Amino acid sequence: MILEVKNGSFGYPKQELILNNINLTLNEGKILAILGPNGIGKTTLLKCMVGLLPWRSGKSLLCGTDIAAMTPRQIWSVISYIPQSHTFAFSFTGLEMVMLGRSSHLGAFEQPGAKETKMAQDIMERIGISHLADKDCNRMSGGELQMVLIARALINEPKLIILDEPETGLDFHNQILVLDMIERLAHQEGICAVMNTHYPTNALSISDEAFMMNRSGDFIFGRTEEVLTEEHISRSFDVNVVVSQLPYENRIIKSIIPVSIPDRQPA
Amino acid sequence: MKHTIWIKNNRFTAMAVILMILLPLITALICLCIGRMSLPVSEVADTILGAARGRTDSQSYSIVMKLRMPRICMAVIVGAGLTCAGAAFQSLFSNPLATPDILGVTSGTCVGAILAILLSMGILETQLIALAFGLASVWVTLRLAGGREGSSVVFLVLAGVIISSLFNALGSLLKYTADPMDKLPEITYWLMGSFTSATYRKILIGSPFILIGIAVIYLLRWKLNILSLSEDEAKASGIDLKKTRLIFILAATLITASSVSMCGQVGWIGLLIPHCARMLTGSNNRYVIPVSISLGASFMIFIDTLSRSISVIELPLSILTAIIGAPVFISLLKKNRGILK
Repeated sequence: MILEVKNGSFGYPKQELILNNINLTLNEGKILAILGPNGIGKTTLLKCMVGLLPWRSGKSLLCGTDIAAMTPRQIWSVISYIPQSHTFAFSFTGLEMVMLGRSSHLGAFEQPGAKETKMAQDIMERIGISHLADKDCNRMSGGELQMVLIARALINEPKLIILDEPETGLDFHNQILVLDMIERLAHQEGICAVMNTHYPTNALSISDEAFMMNRSGDFIFGRTEEVLTEEHISRSFDVNVVVSQLPYENRIIKSIIPVSIPDRQPA
Repeated sequence: MKHTIWIKNNRFTAMAVILMILLPLITALICLCIGRMSLPVSEVADTILGAARGRTDSQSYSIVMKLRMPRICMAVIVGAGLTCAGAAFQSLFSNPLATPDILGVTSGTCVGAILAILLSMGILETQLIALAFGLASVWVTLRLAGGREGSSVVFLVLAGVIISSLFNALGSLLKYTADPMDKLPEITYWLMGSFTSATYRKILIGSPFILIGIAVIYLLRWKLNILSLSEDEAKASGIDLKKTRLIFILAATLITASSVSMCGQVGWIGLLIPHCARMLTGSNNRYVIPVSISLGASFMIFIDTLSRSISVIELPLSILTAIIGAPVFISLLKKNRGILK
């Protein structure tokens, strides 16, 4: 068990609870997708899960230890966090950005040296972005930046990567590039991933488990194909969907297509 | 990181290091020659070597070692310090426009100095009281910003703006009560910044804090890169965010308060020089800080030399840094439009 959330509840001070009594578990080599309507608290859940925000009640266990009792260095040498894409106040090159990810392994006065440079170059080569080493991050396309941020996460040698909407805003090619990367890392190298996504189809294609949040405040957690059913998605997102299944090269591609907003009964 | 003749394999080349050390030294040597009485380089060199062997009787000794040398030493320390403080705050607040006085330290220091001048205190007492007020103002800012959850950067800046304007008002009030024939000109002149009163004793009091601040920022400079990321990314890098921020704030505050208390306000340099450095090396603070120190020290010597030699009366530093800094800055920005974003 890499990560476990027990009875987690969260609300900002003097405000109502946003998350209520959340329970979930994540095993080695698995991908967890978190879905839910806008503003329901998906990012908040990610942050609480890894201790960036404190649970009001309940706790997160990282490899069996309560996160609240761990030092930042202990937590963040196991977890890598990739926030929603954004621009930077100061533009670093790809290689410099990747090396920043090594921070939790360096001492207070230590700077990355030849070893870290080599690591960064190797990782960038491994995921096929060596050509971005000297490019300014603020001049990268969304897809390029996301790959650099994944490299920055990997240099930390984590057991768990948290990704906040990794494929949002990317074109089809880059979506598949990023999603394939996440899947390969989890299923071949055993690095767990937790990702927020707005695309149930993407969740179906790579994630093992899904956690879907509802307007009513409850949630469904389980195996992805059991959670992401027509009925559940319709209820959660307040939208009519159809699930289509297409055979493609010995497998079945499942796609979830939103079609209309249900008619409301007059009150 | 771009491979150039200056930076290779993630570090400065020997040539770059030598150049960074030589730049302020050569600037200092040239500026020791310039002044109301010009001296040839050979005579300046002779005088310095002679002074090292204990010869203190010549006329050039008093010009070089008693008048010009202390000013240049002070310029080096203040220039390097303010530049470091500026670069640190720009990363810390993820804002290229941050200056060393963003948390109210300058206005606090000025109030202290005005008060001391009004009370007709000596130069050293003025310096110490100014320093104490500068540190106190940042302490108030930090207290104001620090809530239960720790201080967010936005709140810190807001608190800084508030404290700054409060101390500015206090300063104005004090100036309003000052004797317009005698004290007011003295205050005004002090506020505009000058190295005129530089003595070795003054440097001895002010410089340890500045040097400590520079050393801390220099040693921790790579962490500034992490602070310049978003709050969550910085936290997720495994550093103790609150502690790291506080260390940089303290270091920059010590530098700025000591500098302003030694020589009054010197605007612009903390904004101008780090940007020049970034245009040379990119945004990685690993390179920005050393280059900034070298450039800042040299630029300050240059400005001070202008201030004492450009006209019969001595021109205040702030005026010169702005008059020279602004056009240089604009032309640099135009040339390197893309680098900031």
